[in-house]
Amino acid sequence: MNMRPPMKKLKVATASLSGCLGCHMSLLDIDERLLELVKLVEFDRSPITDIKSCGPCDIALIEGAVCNSENVHVLRELRRNCKMLVAVGACAVTGGLPAQRNRFDVGEILERCYCEMPGTQSKVPDDPELPLLLDKVYPLNEIVRVDYFIPGCPPSGDALWKYLTDLISGRMPRLDYQSFRFD
Amino acid sequence: MTDIPNTFNLDGERIHFEPGETILQAALKAGHFIPHLCANPEFTPHGSCKLCLVVVNNRSGSACVMKALPGLEVQSDTPDLNHRRRTLLQMLFVEGNHFCPGCEKSGNCKLQALAYDLEMFNDHFTHFFQPREVDASHPDFFLDRNRCINCELCVRASREVDGKNVFGIAGRSLEAHIVVNSPTGLLGDSTFAKTDRAAEVCPVGALLPKEVGFRKPIGARLYDSAPISQTPTAVKEEV
Repeated sequence: MNMRPPMKKLKVATASLSGCLGCHMSLLDIDERLLELVKLVEFDRSPITDIKSCGPCDIALIEGAVCNSENVHVLRELRRNCKMLVAVGACAVTGGLPAQRNRFDVGEILERCYCEMPGTQSKVPDDPELPLLLDKVYPLNEIVRVDYFIPGCPPSGDALWKYLTDLISGRMPRLDYQSFRFD
Repeated sequence: MTDIPNTFNLDGERIHFEPGETILQAALKAGHFIPHLCANPEFTPHGSCKLCLVVVNNRSGSACVMKALPGLEVQSDTPDLNHRRRTLLQMLFVEGNHFCPGCEKSGNCKLQALAYDLEMFNDHFTHFFQPREVDASHPDFFLDRNRCINCELCVRASREVDGKNVFGIAGRSLEAHIVVNSPTGLLGDSTFAKTDRAAEVCPVGALLPKEVGFRKPIGARLYDSAPISQTPTAVKEEV
């Protein structure tokens, strides 16, 4: 796609909360269009740049659901600093597969994993550095305001490219039928 | 007395109907898609999902229960009605536990296909994550209540076609769920068989055949290439 680069590069932050980084893989899957993308945007906090905290940004792309206190911290930081927050992928949009634990009590899950399974040390890890698990897994829009949603598990590289170029050019983002997927 | 032609207007298009047909039946027969989930022309209309909501002569109603009458002005594919349908779909999605990425029905699911067609980008409402029971006692079928939308298609098929009365709905509101007519309440102990009509009608993945999951690859599934509104089999219920 031929796009005139904007006067000033937009700043984009990305983050993976409780996800599998599959959506970031999809972002890399736009292949040679990445070169076109970096002409239009500059990456701030992201697993790609390895920057850990975020400054003022234009767009935040967030994959993964919110399952622990660190996720909440990262999400709120991104919301504070970014003009536009985009939930990317099934986990961020609906809670996704991590939310399948929501039918169980989190205490019982920890007991089962760390105390009852063979070979475990009969103690739920309690190192103060470990983020605490939330009672349930939440999609992003149940914690902060979310401006845009890209469904898919993961959304394809083409879907991400279409959505991002729409956003960058100031169009209302749309996906064609083939790219609009929940799986 | 002049004969009044058996036609009505649907979104400006003239639709012919046979006396006694509902608006939905006549529209589908004429190749004009009206979104619907709980309706199947084979069974008594239920009118519960409300997705086939149309405006008839400036009044709202369900196309699956309203009889077609000469001269009706029916609106269906309007931004306002599609917005309301999208809201209904969002409520269905947060009420159940619909984990599309891991569901065998994904790609063949009417709930999902309608969400694609109506561009439902998110679930909007707060999820309930209500625990629901899975029944895997039957040798040929799963009953996964997490995905059930209480459309009662299996209830009607079992009662009206199979003459077995295997299914029913019990409980109210979030507690509403499918119950099975057997001494233990399990599907495996009921008279349900894989050859039943009830085994084929589930629009979602609540009543699923065993040992055939993910047989069709992504790309070859029912709603992969074209939206449900343009899929010729949309009228015919497919597993």
